Amino acid sequence: MATQKVNTNKDIHPMENLLRMDRMPHIWCPTCGIGLAVTAFTAALEKANIDPNMVSIVSGIGCTGRVAGYVKVDSFHTTHGRPIAFATGIKVANPKMKVVVFSGDGDLIAIGGNHFIHAARRNIDMLVVCVNNFIYAMTGGQVAPTTPLAAYATTSPYGCVEPPFNIPYLADSSGAVYVARYTALHIRRLTNALTEALNKKGFSVVEVISPCGMYYSRINRLGDGLEMMKFYHDNVEIKHGEDTKNLEIGFQSKIICGKFVDRERPSYMERYNQWLSEVRASAKNPEGKKGA
Amino acid sequence: MKADKSGVLTGSHILSGNEACAEGALAAGCRFLGLYPIVPSLEVSKRFLQRAPEVGATFIQMEDEVSALAAVLGASWTGKKSMTVTSGPGFSLMMEHLGLGVMLETPCVIVEIQMVGPGLGLPTRPAQGDIMQSRWGSHGDYEIIAFAPSSAQEMFDFTIKAFNLSERYRVPVALMSDAYVAQLKEKVAIPSADQINIEPRRYYGGPRDSYLPFKRDEDFVPPMVDIGQGYRFHVTGLTHDDRGYPIMFEECQEYNVHPLVRKIRDFTDKIIDIEEKNTNDAEVVIISYGVSSRASLKVVEQARSKGHKVGSLKLNTVWPFPEKRVAELASQVKAFVVPEMNFGQVVQEVERSAYGKANIFFLTHGDNGVEYAGDILAAVEEASQMKETKCGITEWKKRSA
Repeated sequence: MATQKVNTNKDIHPMENLLRMDRMPHIWCPTCGIGLAVTAFTAALEKANIDPNMVSIVSGIGCTGRVAGYVKVDSFHTTHGRPIAFATGIKVANPKMKVVVFSGDGDLIAIGGNHFIHAARRNIDMLVVCVNNFIYAMTGGQVAPTTPLAAYATTSPYGCVEPPFNIPYLADSSGAVYVARYTALHIRRLTNALTEALNKKGFSVVEVISPCGMYYSRINRLGDGLEMMKFYHDNVEIKHGEDTKNLEIGFQSKIICGKFVDRERPSYMERYNQWLSEVRASAKNPEGKKGA
Repeated sequence: MKADKSGVLTGSHILSGNEACAEGALAAGCRFLGLYPIVPSLEVSKRFLQRAPEVGATFIQMEDEVSALAAVLGASWTGKKSMTVTSGPGFSLMMEHLGLGVMLETPCVIVEIQMVGPGLGLPTRPAQGDIMQSRWGSHGDYEIIAFAPSSAQEMFDFTIKAFNLSERYRVPVALMSDAYVAQLKEKVAIPSADQINIEPRRYYGGPRDSYLPFKRDEDFVPPMVDIGQGYRFHVTGLTHDDRGYPIMFEECQEYNVHPLVRKIRDFTDKIIDIEEKNTNDAEVVIISYGVSSRASLKVVEQARSKGHKVGSLKLNTVWPFPEKRVAELASQVKAFVVPEMNFGQVVQEVERSAYGKANIFFLTHGDNGVEYAGDILAAVEEASQMKETKCGITEWKKRSA
């Protein structure tokens, strides 16, 4: 396995090995935490000692959907909500690939919710990084299935009336083997969680809380990027192993972060290969019929 | 290139159209099936899954048709020939990724066993109502290739051809069958592997550092690489440049999307597959495809024995449409007779191509039944009596019970 050396040459960016520098500057706004999540991810790739040639990133649509375009591995920018389905095809057809889905909450939990729960149920070996900005940002700040109750959004001018999804709880109850959540402020803890998740076999979910500074924060008058960071600093509680039921996020409520799930379950490919070897050893016939 | 022996079940078999399709896919080298269950296409998956362990093929049943085709596109980029199989409502759900497949220029095959629509329709009953959908169903401009098999043998043969063209032109190819052809059990002759021609994927062979995912060859088709080979490439469903990076200018739309159209449109002569019978001296030509063409060929014999100069044009590929050939025939014949199991789809293409030079009789069987040869024969006889040419499509009223 090739080892990525940390770049010590001061003239070039330390992440240059893993980023498409010809695409910089990126499209993300000031105050946005997606860039921080990407930094944490590239650092984690190095720490996890994974050959970048064998990593594939798949993104959907939206601000976080652009991540695939900036990370220098085999990367796919696909349809809205479907990156997990596309990535499932990659993983099943070539199990040697380390498959990562990097997308937003609207993409993965609303339009892609079905694929999310089924990939978790199957325990497809992939890492899903879900940047939760509480809103549909690229389309102009509409309510998402993660918008806290009563928060304003362009499509909730009198406050959001729908309760949000608790993403770690959804992932946990659907069968994910690794679930963690940090904010964009917790870059060191986030990097460690991503490193761990990259080395975990099975469906791993890391939620990155990063409320959109252009739409969510403005319309709810929550201040600028620095004030948001201050809010995380004052209101995040790290509680490893917390029951995922307790992780709902209310409007300007406390945010519980940490590693909540880390368990073992056979992955889809493990079960598939087990089945395959039994069939090949003639232990099984189609539909359990006797004889060949 | 010849077929890989492991997937070819050489010999003479009695197979349903669906089973023959699965055998065709395995013979063509298809090693990944992404599926979601729907009748009447199910036996394709069933056969494929049963044969998968011995052939070394992989499959996954996804949570819906949207994800089934998404998984197929992902799998295709690993270098595995991939396909999915569905029927009407599932085909509607696949339109999203048909468009993505076109934009990412991802080879794959979509088998569509048509059934009666719209909406929920008459499930599992045969129809040809999705022909236009296969051409125009996804948003935006694109060209597509679609086959229309009429027998179990053609389900086998055309599935192989579909894979070959899909690799050659880097485009999703549709196999537009119907519930009759799919369920019909017939003799299917599967040749030995060295008798089956396989179009290999067009791989990039230049230096690693100068690989550009969408740098086109002269025929507008860019060579491919597999993931996991160290190229570390990017592709996007957005309008993109040669590097696969999104470029949000109209000039790039022309640069990127026009070749997607031209790589098919400029090579239609090589793609179009039609079979003509007795068209040389024909005064009436029956244009048909799929199961309808079986009745049409019978009518040609019957009408000839009655002294009518009748021929048949059978569309093995419905898309691209053979407009040049239909235009030539339009100047020669009095009339075209077009039987379809819908309320008029391919007949509109015939009208467009005939350019007012020939009468067009349309036999609808949108009420879900194969055309009776007797109806087609009666239409042919009436058509051959025509003294003048009328513009537009004449809907022919059937007389037989």
